[in-house]
Formats: sequence, C-alpha cells, structure tokens
Amino acid sequence: MSLLVDIFSVIAISAGVFFYLAGTVGLLRFPDTLSRLHALTKADNLGLGLVVLGLLPRAGSPLAALKLLAIWALVQLASATTAQLIGRAVRRKGRVA
Amino acid sequence: MTEFLLATAGVILFTVAVGLVRILGGPGDADRMMAAQLIGTGGIGSLLLIAAATGEHGIEDVALGLALLAAFASAAFVNSGAPAEEPGADAADVR
Amino acid sequence: MILVQALDLGLGLLVFAVGAWTVFARGPFAATVGYVVYGLLLSLVWIRLFAVDVALTEAAIGSGVTGLLLIGAAARMRDAETTAHEKPLSGPLRLAIAALCVLVALALAAVVLLLPDNGPSLAPQSLHHLAETGLGNPVTAVLIAYRAFDTMLEKVVLVLAVVGVWSLAQDRYWGGAPGEARAERPEPTLAFLAQVLAPLGILVGVHIFWVGADEPGGAFQGGAILAAMWMIVMMARLSEAPATRARWLRLALIAGPVVFLAAGVAGAVFAGGFFAYPPGFAKPVILFIEAFMVLSIAVTLPMLVTGPPRRETRQ
Repeated sequence: MSLLVDIFSVIAISAGVFFYLAGTVGLLRFPDTLSRLHALTKADNLGLGLVVLGLLPRAGSPLAALKLLAIWALVQLASATTAQLIGRAVRRKGRVA
Repeated sequence: MTEFLLATAGVILFTVAVGLVRILGGPGDADRMMAAQLIGTGGIGSLLLIAAATGEHGIEDVALGLALLAAFASAAFVNSGAPAEEPGADAADVR
Repeated sequence: MILVQALDLGLGLLVFAVGAWTVFARGPFAATVGYVVYGLLLSLVWIRLFAVDVALTEAAIGSGVTGLLLIGAAARMRDAETTAHEKPLSGPLRLAIAALCVLVALALAAVVLLLPDNGPSLAPQSLHHLAETGLGNPVTAVLIAYRAFDTMLEKVVLVLAVVGVWSLAQDRYWGGAPGEARAERPEPTLAFLAQVLAPLGILVGVHIFWVGADEPGGAFQGGAILAAMWMIVMMARLSEAPATRARWLRLALIAGPVVFLAAGVAGAVFAGGFFAYPPGFAKPVILFIEAFMVLSIAVTLPMLVTGPPRRETRQ
C-alpha cells in the first residue's frame, strides 16, 4: 500500500517538475513579454498543482492535506489575477512608450 | 523517497534560477515585474517539497505567507508604474 | 548527504548572484525588484537553516513591507526628477565604497566560520524552562517571556518611527491623511485581487499569530501579514489611509506598547517582579499582550509605508 502511495507521489511530482521545466523553457524561448507571462503563470501553476497532488497522500493529517490544498487554491487565484494585472500593465506601457 | 523530494526541490529551484536570469535581464521593466510571480510559484513548490522531505514544522505556514506576499509584491510592482486611471485625477500624484 | 549539500550550495549561490545583480542593476525599479527577489530567496535560506520564524519575518518584512517602501521611494524619485541634477559618484569613490563593503562582508564571514563548534549559548537553558512559560515555541518564549522588556522597547521604537515620519509633513497638512484618496472607480483587476486576498490574508495573519505560541509564527509575523493586506487594499484604492489626527488610529498605534508596559507593571504588583508572569497563568497573559501587539504592528507598518500626510481628508 505504501509502495503504491510512493509511486503515485513520484509520478505526480515528476509531472509537476516537468511542467516547471516547460514553463522555464517557454520563458526563455517565447518572443514577447505577454507570451512569456503566459508561460510563466500557466505552466508553473500547473506544476505546483501536480506537486501538491503528489504531496497530498504524504500529508500527516487531513488538516495538513487541507492546508496544502488551501495553499494551492490561493496561489491559483492570486497568480491568475496577477497575470491579468501584469498583462494590462505591459500593454499600457507598450502604448505609452 | 527523501532524496527524490530534495532532488525535485533542487530542480525547481534551478528552473527559478534560470527563469530569473531571463527575467531580470529582460529588456525593460515590464519583464522584471514577473519576477515576484516566478519566485512565488517556484519558491512555494520547493518549500512544500522541502517540508515533506525534512519534516520541519511550520514550513507550510511560510508557504501560505509567501503566496500572499508574492501576490502583494506583484501588485506593488505593477502599481508603481501605473498612472491613476480616474478622470480628473492629478497625474503627478503617483505612488 | 551530498544531495542536501548540493541543494544548499545551489541556493546560496543563487542568493549571492541575485544580490550581486541588485547591486549592479540599472535604475531604481530594477534594483527594487532585485531586492524583493533577494528577500524572498533569503527566506528559503532561513528555512534551510531551521529558523522558520525568521523565514516568515524575512518574507513579510524584509521583502514585502520594505519592498513596497522602496518602490514608493523609487516612484517618487522618478516623478520628482531630483536625480537628473545629481552628479554621479566618481570612479575612485565607488571603488573605495566597494572595497569597504567587501571588507566588512569578509570580516563577518570570517567571524561566522571561526565560531567554535560548541560556542556559548543559552539555548539549552531556554528550552529547559520552556514548560514553565506554557509555550511550545522557544522563539516566542524568548521574545515575550525571557526578554519581554526588550521587545516592549522595540514596539516603542516603532511608535517613535511613526512620529518621525509624520513630522515630515508640510505644516498645512499636519493632521491630514497620507497616500491617495479612495477612488470612485478603482481599477477592476487590482480591486478584485485586493478583495480576494484581503479576507484570506487576514485569516492567515491571525492564524500565524495564534499558532506562534507553539509552532513557528508569532505576533510580529502575523501583524506584518495583516499590515500587507491593509496595504494592498489601499493600493487598490478601495480604502484610504486615515487622517493622522484620527483618535482610533492613534490609540491603535500605542495599544501594543501600552498594554505590554501595563502587563510588566502588573507583574510587579501580582507576580513579584517587573515583567514577571504569574506561574501557571503565563500563556494567557502572553497571548493577551501579543494580540495588542498584532493590532499595533498591523497599523504601524502601513503608516510607515504610506508616509507623511499629504492631503486633507474630506470633512
């Protein structure tokens, strides 16, 4: 049973790290600021979600697992809004500059 | 398992480092505004992995605080360059 | 273990590189971004050093509040165009400054590396007496029980700092409000972020304060997070900084140190010594003091960041 849990964690966390790497590749290769912003916020957040998913079975108690989910939900909400904020600012700067 | 968790934390920190090189060097301030976002998601990811690996108390609370503060810092960066959107507001009154 | 050491070494190098970049950054905005990133990374370093309380404080104060302070200063400098008339520092002077900084850094590094392995420390005694305070977190015990007088004086220093900042106001604005007025139509995305973050942040701040008695956390960290939430609401122009003559504001600012001092004096009356806590009753007293400290910190930090009064409030 514990081996199954470990395998699940390894797979989920590895997938998460893969998305982090993908996000960074996007950051390096995309041509303009808005697409880099997209790569950063979407891919990295998915990576974090998968990492949290992988860590959930290892949490010490249901409360700890709930806290992990709360962290993920907060990051999701905050970065989605921040992405919009930064996108607006980038577009505004592009118009003014 | 602990080694795997620490290794993945290291990889995520590595992606943060590479991303930082790109973002901080990026032309113009627009790119640099994203730095807090990058640290936020990457830092929280590696923090949670380190917490699971070392079993130290209270790291999840730091992750919660980091989530809030990264969003706060991003808003502050964005706000610093933005003029007031209200009509009739004093353009010199920028924070 | 080689993996852990590689992780720590990589983290250290990253922090060092970001710090170096910040020093050489072009323009105040870039330098501020570098500084905030540096602070957030430094909190990861503190976690690796098993100082979780310090990590929380570094993230909240070091990069959050101080970062906002620096951003405000950079924006004001840019608008005021004072820097356009300044002569840049001469080459030899810069070299001398750099050499001095490097020397100080090397001296500090030498001191840390040359510390004996079992240096003098009060940690064992403080852990030994932890049960008497009723607390589980030795950091909180040091702050509010063993050296409570020192912590109280720190809170007084915060009040003095606010007085100093307010005294920079122009005469006609004395008693007025700092920052900008509430906006009729605040920018929708920023307003949404503030409306989502603030309630959650208040929960997190109170949680970190409450849990600080037994786990890493405490009044200062919780108060700093609450302060950051008020500041983001003010940034979104959903709320405005109150007039500095407002009675509730002034009461909130002094509540922390006053309650702290009162507890110390009460200790002289009821528990046999200045800042002594009644045995068996220490934890409720400590939490009571900390609650008012949280209030004061949550009000003081935004007042320090928004600066001196610049406008009259609508009467």
